Order: sequence, then C-alpha cells, then structure tokens
Amino acid sequence: MDDDIRIGIFVCHCGTNIGGIVDVPAVTEYAKSLPHVVFTQRNLYTCSETGLNAIKNGIKDNNLNRVVVAACTPRTHEPLFRGICSEMGVNPYFFEFVNIREQCAWVHQKDKKKATEKAKDLIRMGAARAALLEALDKYQIDVKPSTLIIGGGISGMSAAQVLANQGYETIIIENDTELGGQLRFHYSLYPGELDPQKVLSIKDGLLKNPKVKIYTSSKIKNIDGYVGNFDITIQKGEEEIKFTVGTIIVATGADVLKPVGLYNYDGKKVITQKELEQLIKSGGFNHKKIVMIQCVGSRNKERPYCSSICCMTAMKNARYIKKKYPDSEIVILNRDIYTSGTYQETYYREAREMGIIFTRYNKLKPPQVGKDTVTYYNESLKENIELNYDLVVLSTPLVSYSESEELSKMLKVPLDEFGFFLEAHVKLRPVDFATDGIFVCGTCKWPANVPESISQGYAAASRVTRIISKSSFSVEGSTAWIDQDKCIACEVCLKKCSYGAIARDEEDRVVVRTVLCKGCGACSTTCPEHAIHIRHFTDDQIESEITALMEGD
Amino acid sequence: MNEVITEEKSESDTQFEPKILGFLCNWCSYAGADLAGVSRNQYPSNIRVVRLMCSGRVDPVFVMDALIKGVDGVLILGCHFGDCHYGDGNYEANINYEMLNLLLKNVNIDNRVEINWVSAAEGTYFAKIVTDFTDKIRSLGPSPMAKINTPKDLLLKMKAIKQVVYDPRVRKLVGRERKITESGNVYNEKIDKGDFILLLKDALNAEYIRNQILLHLNEEPGSVKVVSEKMKMDTTTIFEHFLVLQQRGIIDVLEIKGFSPIYTVI
Repeated sequence: MDDDIRIGIFVCHCGTNIGGIVDVPAVTEYAKSLPHVVFTQRNLYTCSETGLNAIKNGIKDNNLNRVVVAACTPRTHEPLFRGICSEMGVNPYFFEFVNIREQCAWVHQKDKKKATEKAKDLIRMGAARAALLEALDKYQIDVKPSTLIIGGGISGMSAAQVLANQGYETIIIENDTELGGQLRFHYSLYPGELDPQKVLSIKDGLLKNPKVKIYTSSKIKNIDGYVGNFDITIQKGEEEIKFTVGTIIVATGADVLKPVGLYNYDGKKVITQKELEQLIKSGGFNHKKIVMIQCVGSRNKERPYCSSICCMTAMKNARYIKKKYPDSEIVILNRDIYTSGTYQETYYREAREMGIIFTRYNKLKPPQVGKDTVTYYNESLKENIELNYDLVVLSTPLVSYSESEELSKMLKVPLDEFGFFLEAHVKLRPVDFATDGIFVCGTCKWPANVPESISQGYAAASRVTRIISKSSFSVEGSTAWIDQDKCIACEVCLKKCSYGAIARDEEDRVVVRTVLCKGCGACSTTCPEHAIHIRHFTDDQIESEITALMEGD
Repeated sequence: MNEVITEEKSESDTQFEPKILGFLCNWCSYAGADLAGVSRNQYPSNIRVVRLMCSGRVDPVFVMDALIKGVDGVLILGCHFGDCHYGDGNYEANINYEMLNLLLKNVNIDNRVEINWVSAAEGTYFAKIVTDFTDKIRSLGPSPMAKINTPKDLLLKMKAIKQVVYDPRVRKLVGRERKITESGNVYNEKIDKGDFILLLKDALNAEYIRNQILLHLNEEPGSVKVVSEKMKMDTTTIFEHFLVLQQRGIIDVLEIKGFSPIYTVI
C-alpha cells in the first residue's frame, strides 16, 4: 500500500515574496529526500498559468497521487489547486497546502537562514500529512432559491432590486417603520446635488414587485440551518413569522455618532451634519455664521479609523448654504481633507473658490467651543483665533449599531474591533463571509457613501446568485463519522455539537448527519472511546505532523 | 573590541532555539497569523503551525504526544469567546486546556503549554503572542523531555498523564463540563464552575495516581509497599487505588510473597 503513495512537491518562489527570503532551491532539493516524494519542482508563481500547467504535467508525467504545494495561505488558494488536482483525476482531498509565505517568508525577513529551516520543517510536516490523506467526496445539498436581506437601506434595497428583477424570491426585513435607511434624512447627495428621492425611488419598484416580501418594524429572532436552507424566525410586533431561505445578505447599515460630551454638543446651537441636513430639509435653517469641525470622535484613540464620507458631506452642506446665502460665513476646521477619486478634488476646489474657508486645527490642541465663539490654534500664525458663530456643525463618523453583536452571534460571523462586520477577505472575497451562503454589503461593514453602498449591494446580489441559480450546493467532505464498533452511545458528543449534526438514527445508533456537519472536530476531542473520526483532520494525520516536526535534525 | 564582538556572536550562535508547536484554528487565529504576514509583523521563527479547523479539535492527547516527543512549548490559539466560527469550539478547547494544565502542574511542565485567543483582525497581536511565548520558553530552557537522558521517573509520569487524558473517565467528565455547569445534569442539578473544577481535580488526581501504578506494575509486578516507595507516596492512599483498579478488573493478585500480595496488570 505504502508503495502506492507518490507525492509531488511544488515549491513556489512567489516572485521575490518567498524566493527573496527562503532559499527555494535548497528547500526543493531537501523535499526530494522526504519519504514517498517522487517529484519536486520549484515555480516562479505556482498559481500562474505556467505554474498550474507545471502541476498538471507533474501529475501526468510522474503518476502523482498526492500533491503538496508550498506557497501562500490555504485560506485563499486551496480551492484553485484542489481544482487542478480534480481536473487531473487526483482526488482534491489528496492535496496538501504548506504555508511558507504568510507564516514564514513574510514574518521572518530578518533571518533568511532560519526562515529556510522553518520552510523545510513545514514541508516535511506537510509531506508526512499528505501521505496519510484520504480521498473524500463532496456532498450535495438542495438550495432554496430565495434570499433574506437584513436591512432595508439603500444597499439592501439595491441587492433586493437585482435579485427580484432576476426572478428570485427576496425577503427584506427592516427594523424601522419604512424602507430607506439613512437616505431618508438627506436633502441632497454629493456630487451633482442629486435628490435622494430619485435614488430612493427603487423602493417603489420593490413595493410593487410580487417577488419581494417586506417586513418592516421587524426583528430577527433566530437563525438556524445552513447554506441553501436557513430557517429564519422573525418577530413582527406580537407575531412570530417563520420561513426558510437559501441565502442571507446582511445590510444593517451604520449609525451616525452622537457626539455627547464633545465640543459642547447640545443639538441646538452645536449640532451634527446629520442634524444640519434635517434642519435644511425641514426649511428651518437660517444661520449666517457657521463653523464646522471635522473628525469629531474619529481618528482618535477610541476610533482610529477615518469615516471617509464626512469631508464630502461637510463640503456638500457648506456649498449648499453658500449658494443659497452668499453673505454667510463658513469656516471648516479640519485636520486633513480627504477627497479621493476623479470628481471630489474638483468639488473641494470649487468650494474654496466659492469663499468657504478651510483651515487646519491641531489634534493636540482641539478647537474650544464657547457660548458665541469657537477658539482654535492656528498653526501658521502660531496664535489662537476666535471665530464668532451662530451655528457649530460637528462632523461625526459612522459607527456600528450595538445590535450587530447579537446578529453576528446568531449568524456566526465575525465583527471587527469597531463592531463592523468583517468580510472573509478584503481583496479576495470582499462581500462574502467565511460562512457559506451569508454575505454583507453597505455601511455595516465599513463607512461608505451612497454609490459605494449601491455597488456593494449589487456585488452581494451577484454572489448570492452564484448559489441560488443552481438547485444544489456542494458541501466540504471533511466531516465527522462515528465508528459504530467503538461507540458506546454515551451521547457526550450529541450535546456538544453546535449544529445538531449528531443524532440517534432509526436503529438507535448515534450517527453524524453529514450535511449538517461542519467538521470542526469538537465532538472528537472528548469522545471517551475515540470513536469519532474527523475526515481530513484525523488523529493520525495530526500526529504525523507532530512526529515529522520532531524528526528534524 | 574584536573579542567582544566574537563573544557576542558565539553567544547568539549557541542561544537555545526552542521547538514550538502551534495549533491554530482556521477561521480566526490562522487568519490572524496570515494577517501578521500580510502586515509584515516580524516574530521569532521557532513556531511550527498545525492548522486545524477549530481549536476545539485540539485533543489533549495531541499536546501530550508533542510534549513527550520533546517539543519545548505548545501554543493553542483559537477565536475569542463568542467569535468561534462553530459557535463554541473555543470553550471546549479551554476546558481541555484547563484540565491539561492541572495535570501538568504535577510535573512542572504546565508553563510550557499556553492557550490564547486571536481574531482574524489581530495580526500584530498574533506576532506579540508568539514573540512573548517564544521568549518565555527560551528563558525556561529546553524541555526536560527533549534531553537525551530524560529522567525515567518523569517519562513515566508524562506517560501516565497522557493515559489520563486518553482514558474514558476524564474525557466523559470534561466532555460534559458545559452541560453540567450551564444547563444541569440529568437530575437538573447545576454545578457551578468552581465546584466542577474541584470535582475535576479529584478525578484527575486519582486517575493520575492509578495510571502511574499501572505503568509501574507493567514494568514489573509488585506489592503495594514497593509501588508506594517507587512513587514516594503513603501506602494507605496507594492501597485504596490498588483496590479500585482491582475492582475495575485491571489488576489482580499474582502471588503472595511472605505476607504481601504481589499485583500484576491483567
């Protein structure tokens, strides 16, 4: 049997990313000496067309049945290489990924010798594991072609519009009494001073569309199940509504920080940009001397992030006021002005040409808001300047809703340190969560403006259709199974499984319901009889890595 | 001047480089380690990572296996509580760790195994944990198990601990910990965490002694007195454990020598 194992090891230079630190030729040479290894090769970029062809040829010419790639992280490229194995008739679970970039070359740049030694150790461990890998099959599960969108703001509505227009059943759940989110509070959108009602008009289309079901004033109560079949329970008033959907999009949006305790904020003479917009919208605005302060409660120790939309919002409001009341005096106190993109810088220049004054304040000496004056320290003049005002407007950042935490636990998806939802990968999987079938868009994942929120909504919808356009979804083969010869049916595992994947069958045996199993392995670690095996992460495979680690010189 | 430099160099050449094994969960800590890489956070190269889907997969047997093989330190990293991709695998990892820690205190190796929580967003924190742990292990020096002449006595005790975490009794107890402390046992009795730990300590202590007895008897059959002397423990305690083992049908009397029964493993 042992003779049948033929391992091929492909070591990646990743340009200079790995090759510049780790001695790839030496590592490749070393890999040859490992048990069962019949072929080794190094590639400049293993994930490139050339690299992938090299693997294909390697498999074909050497009759390989195990493939080890030593390159970057399995979290991004494993599916690609597994696909190549599949294509060449090698079971994708006979593929083993060794990470010598993120966890070796990039983090040990100062010591090339030790990084090379570490790469050798890691490859030895990977090859040992590869020899013990087992062929597995993926499971197919039925998919319900529908989507739940949590949050009826512009991002969620945009996603719903795309999905409903393609004929998919779409359900929107909104906390508030109506759809629209933050957009309802604006009187105009930058640039081009667009009327938000025009953007919000997609709401009418949704209300008329028979494929869209909308629950307002409703809350998620419980989420169960898995991709293709999420069982949702929502609470609408006294009523509890249950339904099943195939996928979920999280579009809960963000809140504007209320700067309580900052700059004498009182909501009357000192207000936020959002409150200014409402004031303008209601026609109650009649001020002449306006001072705006940027970065209030952001880019500080508590919230080091830039909210990215406040510079443009302040400019939009200042320009509106200046246009309507040319004799008004507007000063925007800022730390920096952020105007990226092709049009925003022009927008900023025009604002200055209109006579709006932009002046800098020092983070360490923030402006002081008095009864009628704002005092700030002017860096160029090296002295304090007093500005009279009849309205102070504070630009506060978007912050996450506190309810996000509860929702994140229900969905089993992560939040970042500021409470925003954290996608699977910023660049490679921007609107996905790591969990299958759940996606995210809009400001609940990061401050974004309206065009960005809309495109994220479209993106999430397109990721959803990838799943719901097919009738079935394939699930990872690395799951648990119970050896009935060893099992004593003590049920320790049954209560441990978070997915309810372990149950009694008709014959009263304790078995794993494979489609529900996520392969975490928690059931196995305390199985008193060692009867539970976790496919692809078996005891033998893990112990082989430990043994291989200690076999180094 | 030259001399000083050579001295420094030779010191760094002979500096003890510990072998550190890291068990990382795929979703948080492994992603955090990846982020450390993407952010180019530098840390010592001693750690070798075994990727698992969840820290709840870290069977204490794996850790004992690694320690017995001579790994100088084991670092188990999972998601923060409440962040586990699988809901609560990290709680399971934690109780397993607590159990192992209690056992390893017997042989003063408890400080070579650590558990911690790293999110996918905490690359810098990951680098810090690894750096601190590596420094700590380096200052502790090589594991006594890594030396060529591992004391026979220590090896036996480590094997006994591995057997304790392998055997059903403790696994059943630890496996039910959350059920017992959070929702109650079959009689709806809820035991608080502190009481549970006391209960666990008793069980661990007893099983640890019994497994040592078994290993001694495996080497050669002996009387209560001989085994007590080998284990440097009083005969009454050891006798009680002999009785339990006999009741369980694991050991039995082989012969009577003088007035003492000689026991052997069946």
